[in-house]
Amino acid sequence: MVQITFIDAAGQSLTVEGEAGATVMETALKNEVPGIEAECGGACACATCHVYVDESWADRIPAAQPMEEDMLDFAFDVRPTSRLSCQIRVTAEVDGLVVNTPERQG
Amino acid sequence: MDQVSPEIIKTDALIVGAGPVGLFAVFELGLLDIKAHVLDILPMAGGQCAELYPEKPIYDIPGFPTITGQGLVDNLLQQIAPFSPSFHFNEMVAQVEPIGTPEAPLFRVTTDNELVFETKVLLIAAGGGSFQPKKPPIPGIDAYEGTSVFYAVRKMETFRGRHVLVVGGGDSALDWALNLQKVASRVTLMHRRDAFRAAPHSVNAMRELVREKQMDFVLGQVTGLKGEGGMLSGAIVRGEDGMSFDLACDAMLPFFGLTMKLGPIADWGLNLHENLITVGTETFETSAPGVFAVGDINTYPGKLKLILSGFHEVALAAQKAHRYVYPDKKLTFQYTTSSSSLQKKLGV
Repeated sequence: MVQITFIDAAGQSLTVEGEAGATVMETALKNEVPGIEAECGGACACATCHVYVDESWADRIPAAQPMEEDMLDFAFDVRPTSRLSCQIRVTAEVDGLVVNTPERQG
Repeated sequence: MDQVSPEIIKTDALIVGAGPVGLFAVFELGLLDIKAHVLDILPMAGGQCAELYPEKPIYDIPGFPTITGQGLVDNLLQQIAPFSPSFHFNEMVAQVEPIGTPEAPLFRVTTDNELVFETKVLLIAAGGGSFQPKKPPIPGIDAYEGTSVFYAVRKMETFRGRHVLVVGGGDSALDWALNLQKVASRVTLMHRRDAFRAAPHSVNAMRELVREKQMDFVLGQVTGLKGEGGMLSGAIVRGEDGMSFDLACDAMLPFFGLTMKLGPIADWGLNLHENLITVGTETFETSAPGVFAVGDINTYPGKLKLILSGFHEVALAAQKAHRYVYPDKKLTFQYTTSSSSLQKKLGV
């Protein structure tokens, strides 16, 4: 099991266990983590699973593909560490990952 | 009596939503000789399958080990073609008025573009609701909507002589920046990065205008608005370097894609549960006789939001709809494989 910590806009932190092979978005929904909507169900088609990856992790997860970059255009308050959590795969390498959820998904 | 009344479109069934379930409803109703009109807020058929994931494979449509969203829509359109449904796109239902009785329901349905239907049964196949433009979460933006902030261009003239800030990096943003450049006093295009999802020729045309100083391109994101009484005077922008600055403009067009909202359906007087319409599993009729809800928009014990569930639901809803549309006719259950009368309807 891989541990992932979600911190909401108010600073409330929640650490949950993710299964290898799932996505960070799926892990959030399965554990009822607030702040992730995932309107399109993980098709990289809506930008409502937007997260800010913690600075210390930004370079340790695979970079965003062009499709994800395109879809981030539909998110609000996009920052250098912005990612769509449906495009981040849960692997042993991301054990301990910390992501921040935005104030609103739009 | 001077009021000009629009022509009323009379139909047996009106289907709200042209997603896969709405499309298949045409088929099931058609087999029972129930003629349907279909309307959708999108400019094309297919709903989420076409708007959100046209290229994505779906693996749980019976009989298709894999099929793309658009592939499924295309097949459904072919399948329902024998029933020649009438489609009305870019339309959202604004009002539903019951004008019949519980035994003989009749509804007057008016759209936001003032199309008027008179239908015996209404099938709501609206999925996650209607696709509507995403509103940026900018504090106080509501106060400017309709006067200075617009999510679509209805009339170019609205923007004549104004300094228009177009925000976004897709085709809508680029197309309107280019079109409005001809009538606006100034167009500023703003995007969070110097890369666009739009058609290359639009991007090239935009870059050319920027080079000729006929248009401005600014990297950044709008974080606040300035103005008074609904009249915008400028936007507060966070630039690429994280520093904020003011940008003068008196109209803004944000293009951040679409989201699904239940919309006016919430006001139709139907029983709802967490923004879904409650139905019975025998007929998928709502709390209003003659109004059915099928697909992702409905809820009942054990509901799964699967396309295949929606297909099952329309078949059963059609049986009950038949009783309203043809109260005197007895319905005999038939198979398309063996019934010559069904095959005649299908033109095979």
